[in-house]
Order: sequence, then structure tokens, then C-alpha cells
Amino acid sequence: MSRKKSDGPKGARPAPAASSEALADAGIKAPQVAGTGGLTGRGGLRRVVITGAGTINALGHDVPTTLAAYREGRCGITQLEFRDVERLSIQIGAQVHDWTPETYFNRQQILLYDKFTQFTLLAAKQAVEQSGLHFEGALGFRSGVVLGTAGGGLNTWDENYRAVYEEGKNRVHPFVVPKLMNNAAASHVSMEFGLRGPAFTVATACASSNHAMGLAFQMVRSGAAEVMLSGGSEAMLCFGGVKAWEGLRVMSKDACRPFSANRNGMVQGEGAGVFVFEDYEHARERGADILAEVVGFAMSSDAQDIVMPSAQGAERAITGAMLDGGLNPEDVGYINAHGTGTAANDKTECAAVAHAFGHHADRLMISSTKSMHGHLIGGTGAVELLACIMALRDGVIAPTIGYQEPDPECALDVVPNEARDAKVDVVLSNAFAFGGLNAVIALRRV
Amino acid sequence: MTDDIRNRIRTIIAEQAMLEPDQVTDEATPADLGIDSLGLVESIFALEEEFDISIPFNANEPEKSEFDISNMGTIIAAVERLVAEKGA
Repeated sequence: MSRKKSDGPKGARPAPAASSEALADAGIKAPQVAGTGGLTGRGGLRRVVITGAGTINALGHDVPTTLAAYREGRCGITQLEFRDVERLSIQIGAQVHDWTPETYFNRQQILLYDKFTQFTLLAAKQAVEQSGLHFEGALGFRSGVVLGTAGGGLNTWDENYRAVYEEGKNRVHPFVVPKLMNNAAASHVSMEFGLRGPAFTVATACASSNHAMGLAFQMVRSGAAEVMLSGGSEAMLCFGGVKAWEGLRVMSKDACRPFSANRNGMVQGEGAGVFVFEDYEHARERGADILAEVVGFAMSSDAQDIVMPSAQGAERAITGAMLDGGLNPEDVGYINAHGTGTAANDKTECAAVAHAFGHHADRLMISSTKSMHGHLIGGTGAVELLACIMALRDGVIAPTIGYQEPDPECALDVVPNEARDAKVDVVLSNAFAFGGLNAVIALRRV
Repeated sequence: MTDDIRNRIRTIIAEQAMLEPDQVTDEATPADLGIDSLGLVESIFALEEEFDISIPFNANEPEKSEFDISNMGTIIAAVERLVAEKGA
């Protein structure tokens, strides 16, 4: 990501787009959020910008390396390496390699930090460093953190269950509970940076990060916080984590090929993504480098099935995010798809996009970067938001790699195999979770 | 022995489909029996547990699976083959 100085978001936010018939059919109305008193945004709401980004995932240990991989269409999926992997029928994953926690943390910290917390803290440090923010004094009380994770400290559960059940030990380390709890990462981020406002963790399976970032956006927009760190992480690549997923029989044994007719399932990944969401006026006054503006967010529930997705539920989240951001379908140039590479998700998602966008569905680009970084479950939306920022800021659309055969049920421009140069002004990021929980975020170029 | 396997499979599938075992005919497809994709995955797990076998099956491409789930007859034949292979 280049670091050129920005002049800030262009112009004022446009008036909300007239709600389409589809929106009216779906019963979606403009959000009723209390204004906070004559600030710059629509309806008295503040504008929200991203001023820092950090990540670690199978493609790299920072943002520049990850974006380079997106441009190259590099695949981070390899043979899994961890204890008892030979007892798994699924032995591939997008694993973080060369991870040496002792490079970043001391012995006492490592005893307290599960891998999902370690990943989060590294990503958060990168993001805060890029933002240039310091949280001493009043700002710390007006700032917080909301993160997504599905499994939390799963490696810690796995290691300690093995110790007591398989190895017959009767004693575990005293920090097992504070290490494995799902809010551990959010709490350590708050402690690391002195964030004394709202701090919590969201668990909505594969949509956790998008729900977390959507809430962070709403909190800054409403004035409940000045700055929110947000994103998510997952570290589920251990024997128990993968064994559980095997049971559903939706995992691929060879590759993640979203939207390709010969796709045969998802591939798990691990890592974290963390962003600094900041009030636009605050960022502008201090001359911050603005990466993108967050303009809309919507969530919906299918209320239908615990694993099978619904096109209608996904569509309501997509159209809801556009309405929330005052966007017309024609404004959207790129969608980072949920795109898991399963039979069920990809055709449902394409149907939802086709219906939500009508004729414009044939003109926009949609790609799944899970083909490269795997499915980070609760952390996936955060790592995928990097592809959205790259599209807006660098004019490069990350590809869907591994694409081999067109599927008539996924007949959209999925940016197959090679990254593409394109200028886009507005992008969406989709996340549709098990349990029928959908969350879509809209970003705009600044 | 074969009749025994056949009856045990019928019982497992019938339980999943909430039917009586004699309603599970060889010609019936999983869809005929009202078994959806998740129910199928659950049935396959139950068969694996019952016979201590490993059934190759990917819900994303059931038609390409080595385990033919076209109808009850093919499922029974495939389980019988896996049980025989295990004993061999």
C-alpha cells in the first residue's frame, strides 16, 4: 500500500439513494441512529475513515507482503504442519509459516497469549503504528476495540484437553482460562494501547470480523467513540480444529477454487487483520494518511438453516449496506466475495449479487481472495478488507486464483487467476456465516 | 451376514429419515426419503460408526464421490464393499 498523503474524502456524502424496489420488498428502511450534533456526515452522523492497517496471514507477516501476494495471485495454501496432522483426512491449509512469537513477545507474554492473541497484537501494532496515533490522555477514554473471532484460543483448548485426556495429566497451567477466552485478544489490545472505551469480542462464525468492523464503524459514526481498533483473528489450525471441520465434509483435499465449476470445498487459513477506524474530522485535523472511508454497513439473519445459506438473507445485507451508505448499485465497482469454494456458498452468493445489482451485476468485479489466504473463519473479513483497500487506493483488483472451469451458476466477472488494474470508487466486502448471519461493509475511495 | 448388514443400514437410514425400516427400499433416493445434505452427512457418519469403516464423501461434489449415494441399493452395496475390504 503506497503512503501518499490524501486530501481527504472528496466532497460531501451524497444524499441517500432512492430505495430500490428490491429494498422495499425486503422491508429495509434507512437506519434510525441518533445524531450527535451537527457533525459533518449525513443526518448528523460523523464520517469514518481508516487510518491504519495491519495483518499476519499465510501470505505474509504484514500488509505490504500480503498486498504483493494479492497482486501476484500467490497461493498461501500448503501441507499442514502440526502435531497429529497424519491422523487428519484433510491435510492442507493456509498456515502462517516462520512464526516466532519470541521475536515479538517476552516469556511471560507468551505464557498468556494464545496464538490468536499473538496474531492480533502483531496486526494491531502495525495498524496503530501506521495511524500515528497515541492514546495517552483524553483520546484513550474516547477509543476502544471490537474484534471478531470464532474459535478464540482454540490451540489452548486443544493442547490442554490433550494433556488431561490423552496424556492423563491432572494439572494444567494457571493461565489456561485467561489464555483461551474469546475476549483475550481484545483485552490485550486495550491494555497494550490504553484503549479505555468500548472493548469486546464478537462471535458470528465466518462473519465475526465483518460484524466487529461494522459495529466499530457505527460507534465512531454515532460519536460513541473517537477511534476504534477493529478486525479479527483466528488460529484454528490444530488437530482438534481441523478434525471438527472434517466432520462436515465440506473441506477440499487439494485446493480452494471459488466460483470454478470444479470447486470441491473450502480450505482453512489462520491469521489476523486489524484496522484503525477514526472520526474523519479527527484524522483530518492531525493530517493523517487516510486509507479509505467506511460508508455503509448492514447485517441480516436468514432465520432459516444452521448451515445452508440463503440468497435472500445475503441480498438483504448487500442492499442494506448500500442504502446505509447512500449508495446506488452503479457506484459499486468491486465486491470482495465471501467465496468459500463450497458448492452451497458460491452459487447462493452469486444469485444474491445478481439479484441485488440487476444489470450492473455484469459490470462489477467480484473475487474471492480465500483462494490465496484460505478461510480465516472469524478473522477472514479483516484480511479480506485489505483487498478492498488495495482496490480503492492502488487501483488493483485481487484475483480469484485456482479458477479453472466456468460455472453457469456463478456467471459473474470473478477476476480469474490474474490481478487486474481498474479504478473503482466504492467496494463492498461480503461475509455470510454459518447460522445464517450476514454482514456487508461498504468502503469508498478518498 | 449380508442380510444383517443390509438390515442394520436400513435401520440407521430409517432413523435419520424418521421412517420404518421396511419403508427404506433399495430404489429410494436420499431425497425420496426426505434426507437433505446435512442429513446425508449425518447418515454417513452413523454408518461409519456402526461398521467402523471410513466412507469417502465430499458434500461439495457428491456425484464424484467414490461412495455412490444414488439410492439405497448403491449405498448398501458400497457399505458392504467397505466392510468386506476391512475384513480382508
